[in-house]
Amino acid sequence: MAANTQTGMVLVSHVPEIVAGISKLIRQVAPDINLTTAGGTSDGDIGTDATHILQAIDDNHADELMVFYDLGSAKMNLDLVTDMTDKTLHRYDVAFVEGAYTAAALLQAGDSRAEIEKQLAPLKIK
Amino acid sequence: MNVEQVKQWMQLYQTEIEKNKDYLSQLDTDIGDGDHGNNMARGVDAVAAGLAKDNPADLAQTFKSIAMSLISKVGGASGPLYGTAFLEMAKAAKDSESDIPTLLQAAADGVAKRGGAKVGDKTMVDVWTPAAQDAKAGQLNAANIDKLVEATKPLRALKGRASYLGERSIGHLDPGAVSTGMLLKTLLQATAK
Ligand SMILES: Nc1ncnc2c1ncn2[C@@H]1O[C@H](COP(=O)(O)OP(=O)(O)O)[C@@H](O)[C@H]1O
Ligand SMILES: [Mg+2]
Repeated sequence: MAANTQTGMVLVSHVPEIVAGISKLIRQVAPDINLTTAGGTSDGDIGTDATHILQAIDDNHADELMVFYDLGSAKMNLDLVTDMTDKTLHRYDVAFVEGAYTAAALLQAGDSRAEIEKQLAPLKIK
Repeated sequence: MNVEQVKQWMQLYQTEIEKNKDYLSQLDTDIGDGDHGNNMARGVDAVAAGLAKDNPADLAQTFKSIAMSLISKVGGASGPLYGTAFLEMAKAAKDSESDIPTLLQAAADGVAKRGGAKVGDKTMVDVWTPAAQDAKAGQLNAANIDKLVEATKPLRALKGRASYLGERSIGHLDPGAVSTGMLLKTLLQATAK
C-alpha cells in the first residue's frame, strides 16, 4: 500500500540534533512520508519559537499535520501557532521518540490518522 | 492606559530586566535551565526594536507589536506566555478597553490558558491571577506584588521545567513569577501620576 502523504508529520524540539536524530530513525522505516522539523530557535539557540515552527509547517507538503514535541514550551508555541496557520494541526502529548516512530511507520504503511491515533493513545505521557 | 505609558512601561521594564538579568538566570539555574535572564533580555531588546520600527498608533497595535517581538525572540516557555499576555491585552484594547484592571485580567486569563497552570503550581500564574484581582480591588501595589512573588518559594512546582525536579523545587523563587513581579511593578511606575 502507498504511504499516506495527505497527512504530514512535524517534529518540534528544543535542540536541532534531537529532531535530526529522530528523523534519521524515522526515515529508515518511513522514507516516503511528508516530514519536516523545527529544532531550536530561529537564531539557532536552544529553545523553541513560533516563527521557526511556522516555517516547518509551511515547508511541509501536507495540509493536515500530526505534530510531536519534546518539552512544555514547545507545546505552548504549538498552540500559539495553531491560531496563525491555515493548516490543520493535531498535537500529540505522547512520548516523543516512540510516538513519532509509531506514527511514521503507520503513515508509511498507508494508515489513516484515525487508525494511527489508536496506536498513539497508550503512549500519552504529558 | 495610553500608548505613551505603554512605551514608558516597556522602557522601565527593559532597564529592570537588564539590571537583573544575572539574578533571573541564577533563579532559573536553581530550578530550571538557567536561561530566564537571557531569554527576557533578548525579549525586551526585541520589544524596543519592534516598537521603534512599527511606530504603533493605538493601544491595540502597541500591545500587538510587543507580543510579536516576545513570541519570536524569547525562546523559552516565557515567550509564548508573555506573548499571549500582550496578545490578549491587544484584543481587549481593540474592544476599546484601556483601563488597567480589565487589561490585566485579560492578560492573566491568557497566561493561565496558554500554560494550563493554576495558582499554586509555582509559575508566573501565581502572580498574574491574584494581581489581576488586586487591581480590580484597587489594591495593586508594590508590597502586594512582592508578597505574591515570595509566596512561590515554599511551593513545589507542578508545571514547567521545574516540575521535573519534584520536591527539589521547594525553597526557591519561581523565576517567571519574579520577572512577572517586575513587569507589574514597572507598570505601576509608568502609569502613576
Ligand atoms: N505551563 C506553564 N504555565 C505558566 N507558567 C509557566 C509554565 N511553564 C513555565 N512557566 C513559567 O516560565 C518560567 C521559565 O521561563 P524560561 O526560563 O524563560 O523558559 P524555559 O522554562 O523554557 O527555559 C517559569 O519560571 C514559569 O514561571
Ligand atoms: Mg529556563
